[in-house]
Amino acid sequence: MAATRGMVLALTVLLAVVLQVSVFGYLTVAGVAPNLALLVVVAVALVRGPDLAAVVGFLAGLAVDLAPPADHVAGRWALALVIVGYLAGRVRPDARTSAFAALLTVAACSFVGTSVYALGGMLLHDPDLSAVDALRVIGVSVGYDVLLTPFVLPLLMRVFRRLDPQQAAY
Amino acid sequence: MKDHGHRPSRGLLVLLLLACFTVITLDVRGGSHSPVAPLRAAAGTVFGPVEDAAATAVRPFRAVPQFFRTTGGLRAEVARLRAQNDALRGRLATSTYARNQAAELDGLLHTSRDTGYALVPARVIAMGAAQSFTRTVTIDAGTSSGVYPDMTVLNNDGLVGRVVRANRTTATVLLIVDQESVVGGRLGSSMELGFLRGRGETGTAGRLDLQLVDRSVIPQRGDVVVSWGSNDDRPYVAGIPIGRVESVRSSPRELSTRAVIAPFVDFSSLDLVGVVVNPDTHSDRPLIKAGRIASAGGAPTASTAGGDR
Repeated sequence: MAATRGMVLALTVLLAVVLQVSVFGYLTVAGVAPNLALLVVVAVALVRGPDLAAVVGFLAGLAVDLAPPADHVAGRWALALVIVGYLAGRVRPDARTSAFAALLTVAACSFVGTSVYALGGMLLHDPDLSAVDALRVIGVSVGYDVLLTPFVLPLLMRVFRRLDPQQAAY
Repeated sequence: MKDHGHRPSRGLLVLLLLACFTVITLDVRGGSHSPVAPLRAAAGTVFGPVEDAAATAVRPFRAVPQFFRTTGGLRAEVARLRAQNDALRGRLATSTYARNQAAELDGLLHTSRDTGYALVPARVIAMGAAQSFTRTVTIDAGTSSGVYPDMTVLNNDGLVGRVVRANRTTATVLLIVDQESVVGGRLGSSMELGFLRGRGETGTAGRLDLQLVDRSVIPQRGDVVVSWGSNDDRPYVAGIPIGRVESVRSSPRELSTRAVIAPFVDFSSLDLVGVVVNPDTHSDRPLIKAGRIASAGGAPTASTAGGDR
């Protein structure tokens, strides 16, 4: 069972990373694609809690960092998604109360994740971007992620819940 | 992984954060000999074919968003004609440069004539998103097709970028609009040299900043900028059209004049591109050779690239 669980999780992450660059690469809003990997991490956090979400966040982030056409310093998305997984897991009791709370969680996570990533870039000069540009992109990406949440998050949560009904039931 | 309910494990979080910082440090400190490079290559080998398959699967539906945005077939027709018009205009734009170059460098060109650029055709299969703040795309040609790092990538409109990393079947291309990208450029009318820097934006708002080496020269609006060319043609070959001067800014505080360049290439809708390779490269796909119209140096590359559409 544990092996199946791991496989399904890994496949979901792989699918999210691939869709993000290939399919949604063409469906961008001002160049910004929805962060599907982040949505997967949030879904894991809401169903299974912060520990597994942080681990999945690390692995998903590393996949985003390494899969072509990524060309930034590796580990930056991993850092962002570990933090996202942990935070989303911490607010889980509140986020599960209503659909609106879940949307708010995604918005907050998207903001924190993209900001951590952008801040890392500013610190490492990779590239040397201005706060205004960064904020504009962060704003658009939060909007796009929230827009996609109603279509993606319930589906992901159902899949993860089915994987382990006992753990998710409390 | 056990779920501890409301008491998440601090140790695990710290461990993961440390792992992230380790990866970042290794990659930053390592530079071009980064220990992360083999990992990237491995990820490219795994993700490349999957991205390729996904891109192939959705290619027929690529026009769907445009279809929604416009009012159907008529608009598509307009877009097609406009693209054709742009291609023709781009070809016309290079003629000034070609004439200049032919006059000035005719002697030198005699040697390069028989080496006319050869292109490996490739398709864009993945695009980096703006929230990664690097403008890169993945193409479906890799080392098996003769594509290696530091090769020039162009399409029928002009210069696209350069290859930064190549796996067996895929390669990563840094677009010239990326903030880290610097391209040597030459003004078509005055042959003045300068450097073009990207702003990190694609789409219709994507622009490049041109800074000329000679501070006294003021570029003309509408002037065409072509690539200057690097030593040994790596990473950029010479004479590829890049864009047109859109506006010129010069302030007494800045020591040089800056011109804003509107690129010929539409980076948000990249599809078919060509990688400039050595004409006798061993490749698993047919090369497009430009020897036919090598008489005007740079200009033929634009028209041969047009032929690969």
